[in-house]
Amino acid sequence: MRRARLVLRSVAPFLIALPVLWLAQGASPPDVSIVLVAIAVNVILAVSLNVVNGFTGQFSIGHAAFMAVGAYTAALVTTGMQDLQLLGLPEGSSDALVFFLALLAGMAAASVAGLLVGIPSLRLRGDYLAIVTLGFGEIIRVVIENTKALGQATGISGLPPYTNVVWAGMGVVATVVMARRLLLSTQGRALLAIREDEVAAEAMGVDTVGWKVRAFVISAAFAGLAGGLLVHKIQLVTPRMFTFVKSMEVVVMVVLGGMGSITGSIVAATLLTVVLEWLRGVDQYRMVIFSLLLIVLMLTRPSGLFGTREIWDALPRWLRRRVDGGTP
Amino acid sequence: MSATGETVLEARRVAMKFGGLTALSDFDLTLRTGELVGLIGPNGAGKTTAFNALTGVYPPSQGEVRVAGQRVNGMRPHQICELGVARTFQNVRLFRELSAFDNVRIACHAGSKSGFTSAWLLTPRHDAEEERIRQRAGEFLAVMELGHRKHEVARNLPYGEQRRLEIARALATGPRVLCLDEPGAGMNASEKVALLALIRRIRDQFSLAILVIEHDMRLVMGVSERVMVLDHGVTIAHGRPEEVRRDPKVIEAYLGDGKLKLRPPRGAEGGAA
Repeated sequence: MRRARLVLRSVAPFLIALPVLWLAQGASPPDVSIVLVAIAVNVILAVSLNVVNGFTGQFSIGHAAFMAVGAYTAALVTTGMQDLQLLGLPEGSSDALVFFLALLAGMAAASVAGLLVGIPSLRLRGDYLAIVTLGFGEIIRVVIENTKALGQATGISGLPPYTNVVWAGMGVVATVVMARRLLLSTQGRALLAIREDEVAAEAMGVDTVGWKVRAFVISAAFAGLAGGLLVHKIQLVTPRMFTFVKSMEVVVMVVLGGMGSITGSIVAATLLTVVLEWLRGVDQYRMVIFSLLLIVLMLTRPSGLFGTREIWDALPRWLRRRVDGGTP
Repeated sequence: MSATGETVLEARRVAMKFGGLTALSDFDLTLRTGELVGLIGPNGAGKTTAFNALTGVYPPSQGEVRVAGQRVNGMRPHQICELGVARTFQNVRLFRELSAFDNVRIACHAGSKSGFTSAWLLTPRHDAEEERIRQRAGEFLAVMELGHRKHEVARNLPYGEQRRLEIARALATGPRVLCLDEPGAGMNASEKVALLALIRRIRDQFSLAILVIEHDMRLVMGVSERVMVLDHGVTIAHGRPEEVRRDPKVIEAYLGDGKLKLRPPRGAEGGAA
């Protein structure tokens, strides 16, 4: 009984989200569905980047590269296994399984990329780290652009349209659960300590370099998930989708929402995605209005929409204890 | 208390050189469990440099540091911390935006075996671990008389409480040796007396060896079993307080005018010390 309760608590967010997402999927016409997926992808990107930039206080601006690694890996898996019937399953289930494996492969590949970038660069701080992540991000993109197997600049098209609102929504839930539970654990507190004072953290027994690399790897893995989800909606993957501009967009979401606030990242990512969609109607002014909006927001709320606060801080304590498993 | 405990920290002929500048030379120290040793000296004498060499902030240029018999030269500070050396900082370095409770909880991780996966899946092991950390952190806050400040953000605490919180945090790492860099800086005389009484108490309660940098001569002489005096990176005296107090070299270098100055100006210690 107790065991069942514990298992239930650990997967509760997914169980609650699934029927809601099913309904949303059924209710949304294709053009709404594509916007919802775009929002979900950006939320996953912003929340995962927040683990590095907000929780750990490092400044990474190469997030799009990890997204690219995840996207290409997932695309290779799905295109390679498209006609396979796995384990004699019916076609729908087999496709779902293939897509699930593809997303996992994308996350794994992105986390390996995160590890390779993280180990040499996370001894650096602040501006230096930013420059190195930017450099690595561009290197990864240029390598893809020049790799024949990945379709060079034209990319890979004709990907199966696996991503729907349910998949994207579950990705969001997974990312938010990851970030929230991390924040409430010893591991997450080690990251916060690094953000607050690296010298003191080290003196209190926190392996600062090790934890920074771990944060970076986790963050990269979820960027990879976002990549895999996105390209199986638009059925196309090209290197141009993962430029420095995309990385900056995610940084803006994190800063705008409030560094370290999961709620902030979710709200800012949703807001910016919707605003950018809206502004497609007035295309020549799009970036002007967007920039103005950012300037006004940063002037009026310099520490972001939410600072480091969370929406669930407003919940009564007993409810929070139930949701978070006993902390704080 | 007599110095009969086991040797927990040993420094042999430790030197720190920064370019052509020798900040510390031939620094020898043996700390045993249950001892409280005072480290004094004028500004720039190398006191904080000695702390940094012992705790791994800089690897010593020469000599050897051993913690519980293990050589720690070249280890990173977090590794030395795991072996049992904790410290506080001259200019308080708390995790400013986090609560007092979280400051201490961060230091409680030592011995924690549960990893990311159990945190993500909320396993029973993770729950038990977190509960244990909550308990321990609460205890350390109570020991340092900060129980009522548990959920206060560190930067909002009054200065004296920030200093105490730093000690609570250092204690939470489970040290054998506690290095306190001017724990009473900025406090008035009666606050300092209370603090040093508290420091003696935690030494006995947790069987620690304590090395303390303190500017107030009278206080440091009053509470320490032994006193070391540094001047220009050189140890000029080392022994029982009453001996050190009469040592002509100490009087000349540290006190200058031959009379014991009881209250040197506040904040006279420079950052480069």
